[in-house]
Amino acid sequence: MKTLKNLARKTNFGSTMGLLLLVVIWSIPTLGLFITSIRRRSDALVSPWWEALLNPLGTVWSLDAYRNSLESGMLDAVFNTFAVTIPSTILPLMIAANAAYAFTFLNFKGKEFTFAALVGLMVVPLQAALIPVLRAMVEIQKTFDIQLTGTYASAWLVHSAFAMPLAIYIIRNYMLTIPNSLIEAARIDGASYFQIFWKLVLPLSMPAIASFAIFQFLWVWNDYLIAFIFVGRDNPVLTYELLKLLGQYGQGWQDVAAGAFISLIVPLLVFFGLQRFFIRGLTAGSVK
Amino acid sequence: MNDILFGLGAIIFGVVLSYGLFWVLNLLFNLLPQKILDRIQWLAFVIPALVLVTLVLVLPIIQTIVWSFMNARVTEFVGFDNYVKLFTDPQFLGVLLNNFLWVLVVPAITVAIGTAVATLSNQVGPTREKIFKSLIFMPMSISFVAAATIWSFTYAYVPPGRPEIGILNSLLTAAGGEAQPWLTIDAGRLNSFLLMAVLVWLQVGYSMVIISAAIKAVPEETLEASRIDGANAWQVFAKIILPQVWGAIMSVFVTVLILVMKIFDVVLAMTGGTFNTSVLALEWYRVFFQGGQIGPASAIVVVLFILIVPLMYVQITTVKKQEELR
Repeated sequence: MKTLKNLARKTNFGSTMGLLLLVVIWSIPTLGLFITSIRRRSDALVSPWWEALLNPLGTVWSLDAYRNSLESGMLDAVFNTFAVTIPSTILPLMIAANAAYAFTFLNFKGKEFTFAALVGLMVVPLQAALIPVLRAMVEIQKTFDIQLTGTYASAWLVHSAFAMPLAIYIIRNYMLTIPNSLIEAARIDGASYFQIFWKLVLPLSMPAIASFAIFQFLWVWNDYLIAFIFVGRDNPVLTYELLKLLGQYGQGWQDVAAGAFISLIVPLLVFFGLQRFFIRGLTAGSVK
Repeated sequence: MNDILFGLGAIIFGVVLSYGLFWVLNLLFNLLPQKILDRIQWLAFVIPALVLVTLVLVLPIIQTIVWSFMNARVTEFVGFDNYVKLFTDPQFLGVLLNNFLWVLVVPAITVAIGTAVATLSNQVGPTREKIFKSLIFMPMSISFVAAATIWSFTYAYVPPGRPEIGILNSLLTAAGGEAQPWLTIDAGRLNSFLLMAVLVWLQVGYSMVIISAAIKAVPEETLEASRIDGANAWQVFAKIILPQVWGAIMSVFVTVLILVMKIFDVVLAMTGGTFNTSVLALEWYRVFFQGGQIGPASAIVVVLFILIVPLMYVQITTVKKQEELR
């Protein structure tokens, strides 16, 4: 019995050491950039970051890089990213939840087929649809003189459409666990399908919706391609600005390091605050 | 402060807009006679989704397929010319080779490390498990562009004369070697492999979370029984745990595979596709945004699409199988 316990402790120690090594390797790149972002420019140019780490008291710490970064466009980018991300999360979820409701509780001809076709669209890589959508927007602009590209709204539209297949699939899967008798009872009490959705089904589906909301929020926040094509330099988002800074790193790593961490704050807050929901959404969203 | 107000405003706007949309739709539908209403009621809930998907996904995809058979400015049909040109262009074949290498390397390593972390972290007690897992999972929440920034710094190269500030080159010089401009070295596609490391770094967290959940679902009795029969730790893992989590491992493998097929941001941000690092999605981006060639760009997307479809089929069947098991 004693040897068994010893063995357990030994594997435990070995496992801890193995994991510790891995965690260190995993964290070093991020740590390095972070330390660089809070040093003085003149120091960061000539000495490696771990010298500051090994000698924290002899180092001059400075937030100048953050101030520079924010002043050179990062602050606007934070604002733009929120403006793109929040509606791009809520609109598709609402639209998908309504559709999922019909696909779960209403009976109609061709339901299975429509649903299968919709889910099948998850196959499509984004790139397959982007050029025609962009061209169509430009055409509309020319014909009706309405500005579409470069606006937040065009990104909302595109993100909403691309989120649709997966969102409907996940929310419907969850709605299938709501007993049908509940809806029938509400019908007998005289509630309309519209009322049933907003007052009964939507609140009951909140766990699935919340998980997917976090998933979608991070996806849109971190997206570069759609933001680049549809919002671009008119309302640059964080990923756009960061890539621009990265292209100019000849001027030192300071500003781009600070920029990277400015773009990370919100995802990290969401991640550490809502880790449980995030993981649940990820598990469900493994198809994307 | 302004940002918070704006955020709240955007949330309210989103909810009100979507509620209003469906409210109006239902109002209109309720004007119909009851008999018709019963039959088409569903449309009131589905129309917005269908319209959105049709306009922004279905029709554009058909358009892309049609365009892939047309010339650069999409003024006339050119048959299979675009495809023939792609597959006879050595540079494009190099791109395909890169995609192939990515697919070969990244999913396997990601799943292997993920399984290792999931197994090890299961043995160190809940507190340590939580801390270790959080740290390894963290990269999952950041953007590819930010990850590319972090790793560009890790691989940074300073020409001789000043001290190296990138950790890879510092370690090398400390060990007596010579600093290298890593991302420009395409001998043996070394630079591509360095880019792959970034994606592994990003995706191991995901792989670990899914596989860890599967490991925790392995029934305790089967483990107990095998230990009583005298199996050692490795045998327990290989013969008892692994077969039971194989479904989860496969599902992660295919998910990462699909992601890798479409890899784009990391390469764009770190090398821009120079020094033979380009991949399919980046080629598409370059041909369209830098070359303005719509036909050829569309053909590249169609190739990507054709490569992904079978993977997606595998994915959907594995997901279905897992659901049935649950």
